[in-house]
Amino acid sequence: MTGFFERLFGTGGNKGSGAAARERLQFILVHDRINLPPEQLQAMKAEILAVISRYVSVNSEQVDIALQQRDRDSLLVAEIPFTKAIDTDEARQRMADPEKTDNNMDDA
Amino acid sequence: MTAKAGARVVTITSGKGGVGKTTTTANLGIALARLGKKVVVMDADIGLRNLDIVMGLENRIVYDLVDVIEGRCQLRQAMIKHKQFPELYLIPAAQTRDKTAISPSDMVSITDKLRPEFDFIIIDCPAGIERGFRNAIAAADEVLIVTNPEVSAVRDADRIIGLLEANNKGPGKLILNRMKGDMVKKGEMLSPDDVTDILSIKLIGIVPEDENVIPASNSGVPVALNENSKAGIAFRNIARRLCGEEVPLMPVQDTSGGFLQRLSRLFGGN
Ligand SMILES: Nc1ncnc2c1ncn2[C@@H]1O[C@H](COP(=O)(O)OP(=O)(O)OP(=O)(O)O)[C@@H](O)[C@H]1O
Ligand SMILES: [Mg+2]
Repeated sequence: MTGFFERLFGTGGNKGSGAAARERLQFILVHDRINLPPEQLQAMKAEILAVISRYVSVNSEQVDIALQQRDRDSLLVAEIPFTKAIDTDEARQRMADPEKTDNNMDDA
Repeated sequence: MTAKAGARVVTITSGKGGVGKTTTTANLGIALARLGKKVVVMDADIGLRNLDIVMGLENRIVYDLVDVIEGRCQLRQAMIKHKQFPELYLIPAAQTRDKTAISPSDMVSITDKLRPEFDFIIIDCPAGIERGFRNAIAAADEVLIVTNPEVSAVRDADRIIGLLEANNKGPGKLILNRMKGDMVKKGEMLSPDDVTDILSIKLIGIVPEDENVIPASNSGVPVALNENSKAGIAFRNIARRLCGEEVPLMPVQDTSGGFLQRLSRLFGGN
């Protein structure tokens, strides 16, 4: 039961279907605005991750790729932490010859 | 957009049907006329004529918008003067034709003819995003999007805002109609903040659900003429905001009775 004062002053109780409406709307509009259904968005995220993983080693548990809304614009925001790559052959080579790695980047 | 001289053309649209476009058009027309403005309200819902009925002017229609466009009458002959406000006119839609009878450029040329003589031209847009919508926004200087605090109506409003932006008519301002303050308090309805956050556009007014609205349509006397109607007050406030006045938004809880009403509900009253 909601409290006497809550009902008197018209406050309290905000976990009703209004909150569900808000969440559902946000989800629907994210996809409406970029015209991309949820499954395809998932596929896109998986592909992005796959591409990045080809070059660097990624800590996949901590990956966060999400669509965000800024005013009425949509943007894809990715936080992709790399696992530390010390002591590998590749890292040693990179330190020995930094110029060469720059060129490698361009080739990629 | 560089503003044309004369009247401001304001289109009332929504995407979803039945959310209150015609009610809003009629009431803003009346409310602006009450403020002394020279106003034309135009029904662009070809084939589903409504605005004449809501304004109580259906018996005086001889010619309509399509008659003007097809040259069967002069523009003046299709303009019906309101009984109470001699500077408020209605241009009715045709009832027996469809949206293809008019084009966006027809709307531009008709409004351009009216601009020099009026302060506001308010256009009632049909539901949907097709030809009728494109006709109704073609001449607009400003667009007001009507929505209800429901998922499907807000979704359609978002689509409309996107289309307005794509047509350089955006972003427009929002009218949140049929708000029920008591349901918002109970958490059972999207709040005005929810809706404006999600749509990211400016709110120009919140119109409460009001049982005076249907009797007003029944008798052809819009609620903007009813001093005691909450919806009437809300529409009059929107008209003042359109004229540039700063009028604070009515707090949501006030839309469904104030403190005393809640007090009486608490003690078993209704
Ligand atoms: N604030 C309100 N309170 C109560 N009833 C309302 C309110 N606003 C609109 N209505 C009612 O809702 C119904 C639909 O309103 P209206 O005809 O204005 O919508 P519309 O958007 O023009 O519809 P359509 O898309 O069919 O043209 C009408 O019966 C009207 O009386
Ligand atoms: Mg209508």
